[in-house]
Amino acid sequence: MNVEGRLHYVTVFVLIGAALLVPAASLLPAPESPLALSSYSVSLLGKYLCYALLALALDLAWGYAGLLSLGHAAFFALGGYAIGMYLMRQIGARGVYGDPVLPDFMVFLDWQELPWFWWGFDSFPFALSMALLVPAALALVFGWLAFRSRVSGVYFSIMSQALTYALMLAFFRNEFGFGGNNGLTDFKDILGFDLQSAGVRATLFSVTAMCLLGAYLISRGILSTRFGTVVRALRDGEERTRFLGYSVASYKLTVFVISALLAGLAGALYVPQVGIINPGEFQPINSIEIATWVAVGGRGSLLGAMLGACVIAAAKTLLTAQFPELWLFFLGALFLLVTLHLPRGLLGLLRGNDRA
Amino acid sequence: MRFAAAGRVLILCLLLGVLASPTVAEDAALRERVNALFEADDQRRRELLREMAASGDERVPAVFAALARGALYLDRRSDDVVVAERSGARYEVRDVLTGNELPGAGRRDVRRLRVDNRLREELASLTALRGLVSEDVGERRSAVRTIAAAPSTLALETLRGHLARETDASVRDEIELTLAIGALSGNGSAVSDALATLEGRSEARVRAALTTFLERNDLDSAQREAAQASLRKAQSRLRWLARLEALFFGLSLGSVLLLCAIGLSITFGVMGVINMAHGELIMLGAYASWGAQQLLPGQPGLALLLSIPAAFLFCGFVGLLLERGVIRHLYGRPLETLLATFGISLILQQAVRSLVSPLNRSVVTPSWLSGAWEIAPGLALTYNRIAILLFSLITFALLLALLRFTRLGLELRAVAQNRAMARALGVRSGRVDAMTFALGSGVAGLAGVALSQLTNVGPNLGQAYIIDSFLVVVFGGVGNLWGTLVAAFSLGVANKLLEPAAGAVLAKILLLVGLILFLQRRPQGLFPRSGRQDTL
Repeated sequence: MNVEGRLHYVTVFVLIGAALLVPAASLLPAPESPLALSSYSVSLLGKYLCYALLALALDLAWGYAGLLSLGHAAFFALGGYAIGMYLMRQIGARGVYGDPVLPDFMVFLDWQELPWFWWGFDSFPFALSMALLVPAALALVFGWLAFRSRVSGVYFSIMSQALTYALMLAFFRNEFGFGGNNGLTDFKDILGFDLQSAGVRATLFSVTAMCLLGAYLISRGILSTRFGTVVRALRDGEERTRFLGYSVASYKLTVFVISALLAGLAGALYVPQVGIINPGEFQPINSIEIATWVAVGGRGSLLGAMLGACVIAAAKTLLTAQFPELWLFFLGALFLLVTLHLPRGLLGLLRGNDRA
Repeated sequence: MRFAAAGRVLILCLLLGVLASPTVAEDAALRERVNALFEADDQRRRELLREMAASGDERVPAVFAALARGALYLDRRSDDVVVAERSGARYEVRDVLTGNELPGAGRRDVRRLRVDNRLREELASLTALRGLVSEDVGERRSAVRTIAAAPSTLALETLRGHLARETDASVRDEIELTLAIGALSGNGSAVSDALATLEGRSEARVRAALTTFLERNDLDSAQREAAQASLRKAQSRLRWLARLEALFFGLSLGSVLLLCAIGLSITFGVMGVINMAHGELIMLGAYASWGAQQLLPGQPGLALLLSIPAAFLFCGFVGLLLERGVIRHLYGRPLETLLATFGISLILQQAVRSLVSPLNRSVVTPSWLSGAWEIAPGLALTYNRIAILLFSLITFALLLALLRFTRLGLELRAVAQNRAMARALGVRSGRVDAMTFALGSGVAGLAGVALSQLTNVGPNLGQAYIIDSFLVVVFGGVGNLWGTLVAAFSLGVANKLLEPAAGAVLAKILLLVGLILFLQRRPQGLFPRSGRQDTL
């Protein structure tokens, strides 16, 4: 069995193990025992897994279809906002102003009734489906426009960056109806369970791990079909694939939409665990950071992307806490190092010459 | 004209003569008037003040100032009006004309001369009358404005008298306006004349006066209509001026975009290198301009002029290092270049944050760039924006000339069109790449110098412009300097013209969305590069 194959089983094993062990370590031992995991750490680990899912989503588009989207943070944030709206509605009359229907920021802005785009978000299934469908729909429209007119390469990257920038400006506005500058926060509970409790946090972690595993297996499945082969072919030789009779645009569009959907799912899992979503998530720099995760881990490899996200996110937690000055130096140097000397990322080191 | 000027000089000489040696008689007259102030009623008090102002005595303003601040008292021991300042329970007393100290007084010895606000305003406009005889046009104008702010009958009469002597057209205009506004509160034909004078004038005080005038209920319909028409005309004029101003701001924004994008147009368009660190090169240029001012304290103008070549060379050198150190290894891999240069931009930002400061620094605007050129009331163009507009056009022209007429430009265009062929003909493409990148970076430095005159200089300065710059380059058509020029100005103007209607943020969003849609239709931008054509 080659390295890639072995790593695949390791990953599945690690993710299932994490889904079971982390909640166990958080809930079973007494809080002061050395084995115990604080609920802060559980959320932190859950956050890393969300990033891994996001990196996986971008890797599908970039690593396999050659679409470097610098707007994936937008899909992530839209998914997060959808769940954030559900969580806002769950606060009900427990907000500072105690309005049973309107979230605090709307009362503060003196709005009289819930705007139409907030309708239905008191239902969890609706919010969850919106968290997946809104990013997918945006990707569909944006991708359709772009691929139809054969916008590709850096032009596509810059335009997707402009997209997330425009959304950031829009979400910063109070009139837009999503909490403006402050975003959505002060969440109380999800499906009737207290968000702060250790049990809910552990459950969220397990759900995230299982979602990541599911997304990984599904993506792997998709890529191993004929469809996946065509996608890789168009990455390596777009003209040739087109001349072979494949509709390049629809393949690209499909991959891009799936990728956006997964990014939205990552956002939806992220917001309940960190407890806030604000327009800062749309920042173009966030999208570029996602690209770093993929590049560092090894693009064109789902495992690499996931690994890269976890490693860099962990390094960020460590460095920003210990040496806040050094973090950007580190990140910048990492960019240079990887692009100049490790074109296939960390996983390229492990794999040696064994090309996936 | 000459007679008027001579007349004014004569008056001035007379005044000076008077001032130089106040005669005993004048002294006594003035003192008598000051003393009479206390017993006089409102009407008489105003008359006295006017007489004092008309006398042109040098000591009058001091008396007026003391009166305005309520420091004039009647000394009951001598029945003279004196200047008194309270100190503790007693008063320090001075002579009102000479300022000599007199014996201190108790609370019972003095009584204050009360003034109300109307009297204070009158005092101010009376004091200003003295400015009318000044030789300096600016002083005369400010005197008129002071009087216009609180016109008294005497001041207006004096103004009317002065009008015939006034030589400067703008001051005359100012006086006529003030007189007309004053006449609005009168009756009969004076009002109609005033309305004719004020017709279509858009100054804020004219509009305010006309609005107040319309509130009077003794107007006949002709007067009312004339005033309303005049107001309407003023408002439409103001709307036009606002549009012109928006146009100017748009051109100004366009010039900033042009400066930011033109360097990018060279590196991105000609070399195909996506330089995400371009914004940080702009930021370094702005810091170069700040640094020059730190090195030359007290000479902001010289520092600014020196910082233009300094920023160009410094940023060009940084660009050279980047190209030789990093980008050279990544040609033909645009996405990797994008990531690597993004890494560089992070490093540069953090380096500035660590080495200089995370806080914004402000660059002093030299005196010859501050202020504004007032074209019409309500339309003033600031000098720094005009200068940046010119600067951007000059930079553009020089760059165009460099590409067209120099050896480097020729080689650069050759490499851009067909690298392999150029190499075969003996062009050292590696050297050309390095020089091109240095050139683009140097121009980014120039953009930084320009930006330092508009905003504060901080580590995040470049971030604000990088996305816009990319859009300008892509919109204009990659590798086409003229396209960049057109794109920069059209985006700038469109942004500022949309702003009043849609608000600043929404205008920006609309523009971004519009641009995205436009690029879907025409992915090559406004002016697509065609195969073998010389596009530079």
